[in-house]
Amino acid sequence: MVTEARRRERLDRGIKVRTERLYAVSGWQEIAYLVVPRLVLILGLLILPLVMPSMYWQKVMVSMFVFGLLAMAFDFLAHYVGLVCLGGALFTGIGAYIAGILNSYFGLPLVLTIPIATLGGGLISTLLLLPCLPLRGIYFAIITIIFPLAVPRIITALNIWGGTEGMTVPGVLPNVWVELYLILGVVLIVLFALRRLVNEDYGLVLRGIKDNDQAVKASGINITLYKAQAVFITSAIGCFCGAFLVHQYGWCGQSLFALDFSILPIAATVLGGVGTLVGPLLGSCILVPLVEILRAIHYLRITFYCIVLLAFIVFKPEGLMSWAQRKYHQFEHWEKV
Amino acid sequence: MSRNEEVVLQIRDVSKSFGGVKAVDNVSFDLVEGEILGLIGPNGSGKTTLINIVTGFVKPDSGKVFFKGKELTKLPPHKIADLGVTRTFQVMRPYHSLPAFKNLIVPLYSPRVKRSSGGKLGDRDAVGIDLLEEVGFERDAYVPYKIASTLPLGYLKRLELSRCLALRPEVIICDEVLSGLSMAEIASMIPVMERLQMNGMTIIMIEHRIRELLRLANRMIVMNFGEKIAEGIPEEVMANKRVREAYLGVEAE
Repeated sequence: MVTEARRRERLDRGIKVRTERLYAVSGWQEIAYLVVPRLVLILGLLILPLVMPSMYWQKVMVSMFVFGLLAMAFDFLAHYVGLVCLGGALFTGIGAYIAGILNSYFGLPLVLTIPIATLGGGLISTLLLLPCLPLRGIYFAIITIIFPLAVPRIITALNIWGGTEGMTVPGVLPNVWVELYLILGVVLIVLFALRRLVNEDYGLVLRGIKDNDQAVKASGINITLYKAQAVFITSAIGCFCGAFLVHQYGWCGQSLFALDFSILPIAATVLGGVGTLVGPLLGSCILVPLVEILRAIHYLRITFYCIVLLAFIVFKPEGLMSWAQRKYHQFEHWEKV
Repeated sequence: MSRNEEVVLQIRDVSKSFGGVKAVDNVSFDLVEGEILGLIGPNGSGKTTLINIVTGFVKPDSGKVFFKGKELTKLPPHKIADLGVTRTFQVMRPYHSLPAFKNLIVPLYSPRVKRSSGGKLGDRDAVGIDLLEEVGFERDAYVPYKIASTLPLGYLKRLELSRCLALRPEVIICDEVLSGLSMAEIASMIPVMERLQMNGMTIIMIEHRIRELLRLANRMIVMNFGEKIAEGIPEEVMANKRVREAYLGVEAE
């Protein structure tokens, strides 16, 4: 009986491997086909800071990666769990204020404030959103957009933590290289970790909740628990970005709840391709520098994001990355005649 | 019929209204271990609402449901499924982009399965494929590996059934697993249900296919306008005057 089961399992594995579009590595061409795109991405990102001409563009790159992280987090929650969160700024804001308070009031060093802000902020955001988790679709989206609008008002009204002025944070990241490679490391880890996660069995449960939450409930799984875990992952990434920005600026204030942190990641996701995870990163790598070049229309930048969003939704709803991936997979089948 | 006559599910005076409509009106019955109970009635007679109440998706206005002495009415759906009372859905929405066997990862990931297997489940994919074979997915024809959106209705119904089976439940409530299937598909589905019963599962079947149900069911309950109008062994129930009235002109078989 046991050997029979083993034999079946072996049989199935062969077919399983084929159905998952993973094939036996049979030669350097196949290996290259799999490895080259990933290697180009990793090496490209690692080398990019070295070839940047000036300090100014290096700073732009830092913010590009921050928005890339936020966009990946948005994509994960929206496409793989089905919770469209329009209030990404809540996460950056909470992370920023936790790191800012810990550093300027209690004098904790950076190596402590950033992890505490990431995990603690994730926890606080998850608890704030917990009552909204039974909501689906547009209802959840509407509720989330309210939080980042409300929290700064509360801070102003109570005049705590520097009120409208914000507070100076003495702990700053030493130089631009540390900033760049810290954020770059986190970007790469988050990207590959999320990609792995959504294809694990755990990720399939999350995707099940998006597709058919009733069936997941009927399978004896507490969906609120899983949604809360997914929100924690997303908000922890957002809180890390907030804490990072605070220690980059040396200042913490209400602008860390700004609409940019909610809207730009969404625009980047739509531009890059929903559900690809790497697409949103590339989307923000295009959008953020573009906005810098168009500095002249600085005050119109939200309008600009909206136009990009609209144009892509209307003309190319699949996004750049989905298109590129499709072309790349077609490329495999080109043969020499 | 079961030898020891142990009641697993007790439904007591359950009522539910939606606005002015009494969907379920004061319904009570028992489910005996090991039986197949047929639940029939014309469209809109409250069968699905009753199932929704038993599995926790709808809270009743009054009345209680007990599973082996434990009250289900206050529990959320996932807790009820965790106790071993599972259901299929009338409208199937599988995870379209995934192969059929990957659809079973979700139930196999549930706390109930983790508990019962003691953490030694092995490869969830392999377990899923075995489960699909159990409900009639032909492994040799690679049907379990097909993407769920390409499967015909008959297989989707089986997939839905296997999603319940994955939990190794004690009670399965099947909401119209035979309707919409071709005669050949129904013919191959009946032995599946019989095998489930032989393996000790207690089953409630909601059906419109009376003829097939008469073959399978040990006992039948008929509902009309939210009320239970008849209960008993199939032949007696079908001979009942009120049942004939309710179905006259509706069921033309």
